[in-house]
Amino acid sequence: MPDAISVTVNGTAVRVPLNSTALVAILMSRASSPARFVRRSLSGEPRGPLCAMGICFECRATINNQRHSRTCLILCAPGMDIRTDD
Amino acid sequence: MTSASRNFDVLIVGAGPAGMAAACCASENGLRVAIVDNNPQPGGQIWRGASQSSAVPEAAPWYKKLAASRAQVLSGTEAYDHPAPGKLLASSPGGVCEISYAKLILCTGARERFLPFPGWTLPNVIGAGGLQALVKSGFSIAGKKIVVAGSGPLLLAVAAYLREHGGDVRLIAEQSSWPRLIRFGLALAFQKEKLAQSFALKCQLAGIPYKAGCWPVAAEGNGRVESVTLRSGNKTWKEACDYLACGFFLVPNVELPLLLGCELRAGFVRVDDFQQTTIPEVYCAGEPTGIGGLDLSLVEGQIAGHAAAGNREAARKLFRERDRSRKFAAALGRAFSLRDELHSLPADATFICRCEDVTLARLRNHSCWRAAKLQTRCGMGSCQGRICGPAVEFLLGWKPESVRPPIYPVSVSSLAKNISIESQSSLQEELR
Amino acid sequence: MSVASHDVIIIGAGIVGAACALACAREGLRVAIVEAETIGGGATAAGMGHLVVMDDSEAQFALTYFSQLLWQKLATDLPADVEFESCGTIWVAADEEELAAVKQKKVFYESRGVPAEILDAKSLHEAEPNLREGLPGGLLVPSDAVIYAPCAARFLVEQAQSRGAQLYLPAVVTEITADGVRINNGSTLSAHWIVNAAGSWSPSLTPGIEVKKRKGHLLITDRYPGYVKHQLVELGYLKSAHSFTSESVAFNVQPRRTGQMLIGSSRQFGVEGREINSAMLARMLSRAEDFLPGIANLSAIRSWTGFRAATPDKLPLIGPHSAREGGRDNLFLATGHEGLGITTSLGTAALLVDQLLERPSQIPVAPYLPSRARENVHA
Ligand SMILES: Cc1cc2nc3c(=O)[nH]c(=O)nc-3n(C[C@H](O)[C@H](O)[C@H](O)COP(=O)(O)OP(=O)(O)OC[C@H]3O[C@@H](n4cnc5c(N)ncnc54)[C@H](O)[C@@H]3O)c2cc1C
Ligand SMILES: Cc1cc2nc3c(=O)[nH]c(=O)nc-3n(C[C@H](O)[C@H](O)[C@H](O)COP(=O)(O)OP(=O)(O)OC[C@H]3O[C@@H](n4cnc5c(N)ncnc54)[C@H](O)[C@@H]3O)c2cc1C
Ligand code: FES
Repeated sequence: MPDAISVTVNGTAVRVPLNSTALVAILMSRASSPARFVRRSLSGEPRGPLCAMGICFECRATINNQRHSRTCLILCAPGMDIRTDD
Repeated sequence: MTSASRNFDVLIVGAGPAGMAAACCASENGLRVAIVDNNPQPGGQIWRGASQSSAVPEAAPWYKKLAASRAQVLSGTEAYDHPAPGKLLASSPGGVCEISYAKLILCTGARERFLPFPGWTLPNVIGAGGLQALVKSGFSIAGKKIVVAGSGPLLLAVAAYLREHGGDVRLIAEQSSWPRLIRFGLALAFQKEKLAQSFALKCQLAGIPYKAGCWPVAAEGNGRVESVTLRSGNKTWKEACDYLACGFFLVPNVELPLLLGCELRAGFVRVDDFQQTTIPEVYCAGEPTGIGGLDLSLVEGQIAGHAAAGNREAARKLFRERDRSRKFAAALGRAFSLRDELHSLPADATFICRCEDVTLARLRNHSCWRAAKLQTRCGMGSCQGRICGPAVEFLLGWKPESVRPPIYPVSVSSLAKNISIESQSSLQEELR
Repeated sequence: MSVASHDVIIIGAGIVGAACALACAREGLRVAIVEAETIGGGATAAGMGHLVVMDDSEAQFALTYFSQLLWQKLATDLPADVEFESCGTIWVAADEEELAAVKQKKVFYESRGVPAEILDAKSLHEAEPNLREGLPGGLLVPSDAVIYAPCAARFLVEQAQSRGAQLYLPAVVTEITADGVRINNGSTLSAHWIVNAAGSWSPSLTPGIEVKKRKGHLLITDRYPGYVKHQLVELGYLKSAHSFTSESVAFNVQPRRTGQMLIGSSRQFGVEGREINSAMLARMLSRAEDFLPGIANLSAIRSWTGFRAATPDKLPLIGPHSAREGGRDNLFLATGHEGLGITTSLGTAALLVDQLLERPSQIPVAPYLPSRARENVHA
């Protein structure tokens, strides 16, 4: 990938295109699993992004130790540590 | 390094087309102007990040103008509280910032309306604009089967965009009926450029079936969506898909205007000819004053920018153009009003509130939004009813509750500080 | 005079009115509950739901302890959405002086049958690792609990309804008449007794009673399960929270079953509007940060305010609004619960029914009788 940067999602390195959001990194990290979910709901359902614009909060994850971050609003930076809550 | 307390003659919230246009016009008079926006880059929903590419020709002049203006763009910065007249608090990953203003222009845009149906919480059931935004922010949908559904002209734009990026768009399902759309189409025809636009879209969409009077009734799949059940008339069938991109037209983002005390009329911010709200120092432009699309957002933004800068003459010159765009907006609203059948989309067991997993059955026991909220926690989660609120209003007719700070979640420390006396870096990119 | 349609009319379906309604219905009385808006939508929706035994006066202790025991008895019947959690309270000492007060507090509780355990610096830190380093200790009162009060109020109303109580909602009482109430739709209800349980609105229906609004702010966070495990209250709370005139904030953080935390508390007199006062909120939150520095980075979802119905001697008004006070013997008050009405609702209801039925109560009622206020003032 030209202009790619590397971040970690749940400890595993993921390469994403420049200007990708952290949400894209999470979804790419799940590429091999059939369920590309981001978090589990209160009752345990897998959930993925709905709005991709900071409204729905379905994309929340921990970014550089900051929990409940809306990953669709945050651009990946080299070395960023992204952790999902499931 | 910038200090955490800043002062502007004109502050704009939202860097979509309306906000960008407002900033350009307001700074023509040599005033100190800034825009705050919570997305990583200016452009709003339609142009997001387009400054990097030349893919959106109509955006380029505005990015250029904005860069040439002396307006500061504070991206990744979210306005969350209004602690005192003439002040807003905004948060960014770098910290908190108290911004003082003489005039404020609210260009907070719109979001998609989501209606709950069985299976709508499955991964890969996503907003139509949502999937587009995801692709714009680096996600690949190449070769994926996609059904685009819901309502509004956005569906067409999204389908064209997704196809252009390699998506296998199977179908566009528009809930509105042909007779309504034809009336809308006639209204379109009065505007030459709109006609050209929709023609161009048609070419890009060639080969994608467009079904009016057709809507999703359920999504199925194991761990993610695998198919969608669609209805048209009395016909019901399943369409296989990897993504269901689904949104039912738009609802305005009026939380900040409400927090500031601006009056609404029929759900939209009430403004006068100069885009001035019922709070004298506060103006509003773009989708919060009425869903009207790009042209209306741009012209309202310009009028608000001029008016806030005290240049009423320049503002007045744009009234005619705005009137024309408003007619288009009114036609839009009528063409895409929601059909009655959608009231019965959710089943008793369908979650209406995704934050708190509250089903329709639990809501039905209550008589009003406040009672339902207190008893079921519907709308009390992180999104604060931004998703379930418009759905509940449509399904059960309940008016949403009052708005209280913070209008977006922020760190406890953002609310604990007396910002004026603390110095802290917060402002990120400054575009000149 | 026409035959009364009810034995007792209860004005207000907050937690206090709801509890009174159930207690009356249990005695076979014909109950009407009249609620202006929604069940538990007043102070009951704004409060923290801490069920706490207090030691700031004998009378306060007696009522909170009596009520606490009633809650424990009820706990097994409470539906899940009441979120009853026996999390206990830790009264946190900020310095050595407060630690000394911890010892007195323990003696006070234990001599009256409430178990309490002194935590030294180390055991406090083990119990609540997110508290600031270097705190000298605290007092754990394990029997205290937490509920979600709006659902508790609804449950109590439903229980009353299943025993024949009638709920009028939405129905605003516009006037208390000689033998009942007038409602805003023009109709009237009559009863042998009328109970004003309208919380901070009660003086508008019964002018002259000494109940003032005391505004409070609260804030709720996103979900951080296990971040705190007990209700944490600074021991200085009593100092800062209970003067009748001043503005004050105190550290008071509650774990919810949802994993969220409620952060309090503030107290203000003479403020009518419901709006958030950013400066007050900031003071309250920085107080909380003093004790739990890590919460600075936690995500806050929403803040709100509520009004406590405060009386000059900090005790509720439970009993007849006697003729001497310009009232009538068929009008009863169940109001003025300040910051403890969720806790004391059940005790209040028991004392009220005993008075209606003219029978002895399990704890002395004198400290709560509305008539005592005037006597105290003139004493
Ligand atoms: C998801 C979506 C996708 C769309 N895609 C298309 C499309 O492809 N083609 C098309 O023709 N039209 C599209 N539209 C419609 C288009 O956005 C509008 O017609 C118009 O351009 C809106 O301009 P605006 O400036 O009023 O608002 P927006 O473009 O919505 O801009 C508002 C901005 O304000 C920000 N904001 C809001 N509140 C705050 C706050 N408190 N603090 C900081 N920032 C804040 C928002 O995040 C956003 O960046 C789309 C709309 C949506 C909702
Ligand atoms: C910030 C805050 C934190 C608190 N924390 C705690 C705590 O941790 N523990 C605790 O025990 N207590 C706490 N409290 C106190 C507690 O919330 C109150 O004491 C309690 O809820 C009072 O209940 P109530 O039924 O008397 O009043 P309310 O809940 O206010 O109910 C009164 C009802 O009367 C209705 N009403 C009013 N006027 C009329 C009319 N004319 N006609 C018909 N109906 C009418 C109202 O609509 C309302 O529903 C707190 C209070 C606040 C403000
Ligand atoms: S996907 Fe909706 S907030 Fe990020």
